[in-house]
Amino acid sequence: MLRFLFVRIGLLVPTFIGITIAAFGFVRLLPGDPVLLLAGEHGVSPERHAELMHQLGFDRPIWVQYFDFLWSVLQGDLGRSLVTHRPVLAEFSTLFPATLELSVCAIIIATVVGIPIGVIAAMKRGTWVDQSVMGAALVGYSMPIFWWGLLLIIFFSGVLHWTPVSGRISLLYYFPAHTGFMLIDSLLSGQKGAFVSAVSHLVLPAIVLATIPLAVIARQTRSAMLEVLGEDYVRTARAKGLSQARVVGLHALRNALIPVVTTIGLQVGVMMAGAILTETIFSWPGVGKWMVDSIFRRDYPAVQGGLLMIAVIIMFVNLIVDLLYGLINPRIRHTR
Amino acid sequence: MPLLHIENLSVTFQTASGPFLAVDSVDFSVDAGERLAIVGESGSGKSVAMLAVMGLLPPTATVTADHMAFDGQDLRQLSRRARRRVVGGDIAMIFQEPMSSLNPCFTVGFQINEALSAHTDLTRSQRRERSVELLRSVGIPEPERRLSAFPHQLSGGMSQRVMIAMATACQPRLLIADEPTTALDVTIQAQILDLLVDLQKEHGMALILITHDMGVVAETAQRVVVQYAGQQVERQDVIGLFDAPHHPYTSALLDALPDRATGDRLPAIRGVVPGQGDRPNGCLFNPRCPYADDTCRTVVPPRQPAALGEALCHYPLNRAEQAA
Repeated sequence: MLRFLFVRIGLLVPTFIGITIAAFGFVRLLPGDPVLLLAGEHGVSPERHAELMHQLGFDRPIWVQYFDFLWSVLQGDLGRSLVTHRPVLAEFSTLFPATLELSVCAIIIATVVGIPIGVIAAMKRGTWVDQSVMGAALVGYSMPIFWWGLLLIIFFSGVLHWTPVSGRISLLYYFPAHTGFMLIDSLLSGQKGAFVSAVSHLVLPAIVLATIPLAVIARQTRSAMLEVLGEDYVRTARAKGLSQARVVGLHALRNALIPVVTTIGLQVGVMMAGAILTETIFSWPGVGKWMVDSIFRRDYPAVQGGLLMIAVIIMFVNLIVDLLYGLINPRIRHTR
Repeated sequence: MPLLHIENLSVTFQTASGPFLAVDSVDFSVDAGERLAIVGESGSGKSVAMLAVMGLLPPTATVTADHMAFDGQDLRQLSRRARRRVVGGDIAMIFQEPMSSLNPCFTVGFQINEALSAHTDLTRSQRRERSVELLRSVGIPEPERRLSAFPHQLSGGMSQRVMIAMATACQPRLLIADEPTTALDVTIQAQILDLLVDLQKEHGMALILITHDMGVVAETAQRVVVQYAGQQVERQDVIGLFDAPHHPYTSALLDALPDRATGDRLPAIRGVVPGQGDRPNGCLFNPRCPYADDTCRTVVPPRQPAALGEALCHYPLNRAEQAA
């Protein structure tokens, strides 16, 4: 297990280098440059343009810029935003709790709903229950996020007026951000109705963000369960005279969860991509929306810093999932 | 009253290409403390018949029987809950593949403990004590330490011993062993069979041994049922069966035993057990039977009297001996 851990962590180093190159490169592949976009419609004279580019250091050879970026990153400095002039890391840290709150709620919804749905579909294999659940999962998986989000807004906010259209909490409430998580802060504030307001703002974006992972988790759970239900040890469990709930919920599910946990880990990456769209639709003030805004402003440090942070987070989530895997699968725990 | 009494049991599977009759009106009757062997090639419906008794068949299987009773209780009348008390408690079963029959995610101790807590009123510490005792009784060294072992840390023979410990945990009155030694090394096979017979004698339980190995039958069984393509073709006590087999299939199985072979080449039975699509008319064994004639190919054979091994055959063998 220790050797496995060292190898697994050692692999993070080349991955990290790759991410820095990608984060640095992608934003520079976009046409236009920050100075042109800052100048806006008025335009800028070629001399002034060159001067500003020189000031920002963008006239240096690309590899010098890259190593400069890498060196700063290694010192924990992601540079300053060209637009707000605040440190990128500070901006990211301010906005990240909003994204994290949304993502955690979405992954909880996806897991808590997806796994039972998959189990039920597997138990009712081939019946109309199975077919409708899996059909719905396929629709959910195929639905473009922005379209699905708009449909929900139109129906629940526009027609039924159940939920607000955008933001994290009603403007009626104000309280200091202790944790950055609106659900927790609103509870801590003790203001009446604040928590309910926070929940009602969160529920639609969380559902939208949960949809694709939910569909994937349900399908994966179903196929893993179907495989496991045919295993000899499930027959042994039945032969012991155990209840159906225990045979399915413990003996079968415990084994079926092994591939499902991997899937959930992989969905974290999908979530981050989904968060960008979801946050934009719901004006959710998280890093997804901030990244989109930064891309439009060609805010090189913000985009590359944000990409890097998101990639590193995904990297660590996957590391944790791999370690969790050892916890739920005894065969891995002992053989390494 | 026999412990297990089954009459006219049939099992049909619904498959994509139509119904498949896996077990064709078989009868069993096992007395307390008796050792019965069911012999036959792969696909002869031995396991399916026993899984039907246990209620472990998938929903695609249709089970019908005139009589299906354990200890006088009709198994089909029982509620699910009551049947679960019988299955695992009074009737236990062990399987062919010990390595895959234990759940890889749980320790040996957990899996034995679970059987105990489902069917007994023992306290936690008593259950632990009993688990250790069980592992010791099946010949596992360092039983305390083995309780925390995971199945992948055990060899095939050890896994089968754990399965036996688990099956005998609640002192069943009937143990069904479905090819318990097929997946094991030859040296281990004999140990496991000895263990099963020892436990059977010690607890006075009945043992149904499913096997395709006539050698295993000779060593363990008192009574033998020979099954072919879902039908019971012969029922005899073990000595009579080896001395004077009445059904040509039984005779062919015995001839294929290396110990009894006389020529240079080991005789084999031509062909395979008929499957779903190629069930012959008349006697199911006729395409492979050296004695078959036109009657065998067209007329379903009658059940012969007990003196002729209840053979399902038009022309049972070794008749002269019986007459003499």
